[in-house]
Amino acid sequence: MSEDVKKFLYVNRKAPYGTIYAQESLEVVLIGAAFDQDVEMAFLDDGVFQLTKNQDTKGVGLKNFSPTFRALGDYEVTKLYVEQESLDERGLTLDDLQDIQYEDEDDDWAEKPSIRVVSRAEMGKIMANQDVVLSF
Amino acid sequence: MATLHTVNKSPFQTQTLLSCLSHVQAGDSVLMIEDGVYGAMGSTTLADAVAGLGGQVNLFVLGEDLAARGIDAGRVADGITKIDMDGFVDMVASTDRTQSWL
Repeated sequence: MSEDVKKFLYVNRKAPYGTIYAQESLEVVLIGAAFDQDVEMAFLDDGVFQLTKNQDTKGVGLKNFSPTFRALGDYEVTKLYVEQESLDERGLTLDDLQDIQYEDEDDDWAEKPSIRVVSRAEMGKIMANQDVVLSF
Repeated sequence: MATLHTVNKSPFQTQTLLSCLSHVQAGDSVLMIEDGVYGAMGSTTLADAVAGLGGQVNLFVLGEDLAARGIDAGRVADGITKIDMDGFVDMVASTDRTQSWL
């Protein structure tokens, strides 16, 4: 690849299902990844609720899109930054979130966790280190 | 003459739940639905405020919306009753009026 590759960060601040933002974000991420851009995702504020495990939407008539997060590794989206303070405020821990993994091609395809819990200060720096930031 | 209040917004994103709880009358019921169900979680930074303001009313949360969001019933704060869609319908039918806090 060349210098045409840009760093894209998709910032997710909304809970799933109540609005369409979370699902739309995921769709755009997959499209961006298909164009061989360097794609990372950030989850903060209510966005951390998107990653909870055991989502079951049968009772509300909506598509459960949460399994799609586990497919992101196949699209080379391997960095999902989750903000520690946002988890804390909501009484959540890493254990409440899905176990999302990717295969590291530089390490004999070892399975590694995609979720990286970062502080609010670190999240600010991650945002500042992008070419393009898309907000959902 | 009791009112059923429904709240469908996350309390972390808007003031809707806290505003609702600040306006309700003794004997009213408040039902958290859709993204409002996050207001029913214990052990959040807002749980004390919800319990404090909600002391005079009956607090409910919709189970189907909790399940959709992966929030286990065990995470619901003490004093908040989980109901299902059929229970929601019964509450609407048996109360004098319904007010939606959007």
